[in-house]
Amino acid sequence: MQKLVLIKSQAVPLPSENIDTDQIIPARFLKSISKEGFGENLFRDWRYNVHTNEPNPDFVLNNSKYSGEILVAGNNFGCGSSREHAAWSLTDYGFKVVVSSYFADIFKGNALNNGLLPVKVSEDYLKDLMETITQNPSTQITVDIEKQRISFNDKTESFELDSYKKICLINGYDDIDFLTSKKEAIQKFEQKTQRVYEQEL
Amino acid sequence: MSQSKTLFDKVWDAHVVETVPDGPQVIYIDKHLIHEVTSPQAFAELEARGLEVFRPNQILATADHNVPTLGQELPIRDELSRTQVQQLTENCEKNNIELYGLGHQYQGIVHIIAPELGITQPGMSIVCGDSHTSTHGAFGAIAFGIGTSQVAQVFASQCLLMNKPKSMRVSVNGKLNKDVQPKDVILYIISKVGTDSGTGYFCEYAGNVFEEMSMEGRMTVCNMSIEMGARGGMIAPDETTFEYVKDKTFAPKGEEWTEKIEYWKTLKSDSDAIFDKEFEFSAEDIRPMITYGTNPGMGISIDSKIPTAQNESEEKALKYMGLNAGQSTSDIKVNYVFIGSCTNARIEDFRSAATYVKGKQKAENIVAWLVPGSQKVAKQIYEEGLDKVFNDAGFQIRQPGCSACLAMNDDKIPEGEYCVSTSNRNFEGRQGQGARTLLASPLTAAKVAVEGRIPAFENLN
Repeated sequence: MQKLVLIKSQAVPLPSENIDTDQIIPARFLKSISKEGFGENLFRDWRYNVHTNEPNPDFVLNNSKYSGEILVAGNNFGCGSSREHAAWSLTDYGFKVVVSSYFADIFKGNALNNGLLPVKVSEDYLKDLMETITQNPSTQITVDIEKQRISFNDKTESFELDSYKKICLINGYDDIDFLTSKKEAIQKFEQKTQRVYEQEL
Repeated sequence: MSQSKTLFDKVWDAHVVETVPDGPQVIYIDKHLIHEVTSPQAFAELEARGLEVFRPNQILATADHNVPTLGQELPIRDELSRTQVQQLTENCEKNNIELYGLGHQYQGIVHIIAPELGITQPGMSIVCGDSHTSTHGAFGAIAFGIGTSQVAQVFASQCLLMNKPKSMRVSVNGKLNKDVQPKDVILYIISKVGTDSGTGYFCEYAGNVFEEMSMEGRMTVCNMSIEMGARGGMIAPDETTFEYVKDKTFAPKGEEWTEKIEYWKTLKSDSDAIFDKEFEFSAEDIRPMITYGTNPGMGISIDSKIPTAQNESEEKALKYMGLNAGQSTSDIKVNYVFIGSCTNARIEDFRSAATYVKGKQKAENIVAWLVPGSQKVAKQIYEEGLDKVFNDAGFQIRQPGCSACLAMNDDKIPEGEYCVSTSNRNFEGRQGQGARTLLASPLTAAKVAVEGRIPAFENLN
């Protein structure tokens, strides 16, 4: 997993609320057996005309004014299906941070497991940020993971980040490394609780 | 501090291997269910790290998400789907994992087969790379959907790192109106609490309405917990639960059964347990429901008019759905009916639809697909003669799979068309690009198929 420490970038505004993972990556693109290439179909049905496959000029990712490693989205981002392909498509496209006033649980976990940082801000802050970047696309946003702070135009808000996850992000570690180091404790737990392993005692 | 515990606390606490200081907990997973779409990258991850599957006997695999629902005996035509299913087969063989693939007598939608085989049991922790894993909470299990990285974690360690969610309780008491099914109850709840009020919570459903529900009904309710944002839903196990589990293929037997029952009986929230959030509703207020928008919270009773959009997102939803505020639901030109999915493809769902359909004909404008949740459900449909009822009425019975719930296979609703569907999500494009989904109960779906439009429900008591 790539390390994430400090991100300074412009941001892309996507004000819709309740953006579900079916919109982030529609089910028909889930047939790959690898993690690569999902960025191509990120927000597919909003991004391209359903009939002609031409880029839809009204969609923000097709507007050359907006770019950057930060996506700023409406409330309750990532709801619905557990597909991690949603996180893969965002990172593959080039996003490192998603800012919203609310994240769905499963998406949040998936994002963190892929070095994509969900930054939860207050509704007021989100509104201000959304308006600012929409009007001034060149606005620089800074996300400091160590200090757990996001800022733009001298407006700063802190965000929550589990201290364990923070260590993972900054160092590029993941949960598998941690869990496989716990095998002994896990086996002891099994002997106490799982009938089939009780017999191994 | 009080020692009182919720049902969720009891089951969760029994699975904590270790607590990371100032961090998450290591949670032991009893059963891990996998399918073809969210597992291949997890197997690849393990292989890349040179790790082995730690507890293959606690994993069960099936092929459900992308499989065709016609001609399952033939090779899968779609190349990408075929590759995914083949990859699952290879991965399972290589890692000694039990697979109920296409053609197997137990194949079906993962959340239908585990309960019907007795694999799902009270007090367990169950995960799957699918958000509707919440279904299994109907048995008083902690069951939740996980991402593919977590699938790999469970492969490697049979554990997950999790922060303990908060607890909420939704109570529904009273007498349900005629024609109100469990699906209507959960659609009503979501319409009231919204699609994000459960985020960060595990939800317990309590009250006489759930106590009196069958296991199938409880599964329908718990299945949709994720649609209000809750990672999982739970209902305390009781005699109805024990009766359902008893004698199932993989249910505990003999002495183990007696031991388990004693334990399962303790799995209920203490009377003075405190929940972080509570909602209460009256059964009498619930009428048959239908959704009109592009998230499951946009639901109304089917005799209501389409409401006015309250914000930009709702406006966008109405536009996508081609609906106007004030319009009657019965004016919507429905041409498709889908009865299926992990929400409503159990035998009870087909029985209730068949009871209504018997002796009637589907309307000419309607294409009606019935997709059983599993081979076992399909077998029951034929054994009970429901196939005759549906065939005579002009419905098409297909083979088991997730089908038009997410339209990964060929079962897609054409652009712009309306489908009354017993599935769980009405997101834009969920049932096919441009398709418009209206979520409802199996009974409502059956009525729509026969009447050719969304019916008016009368005689509410």
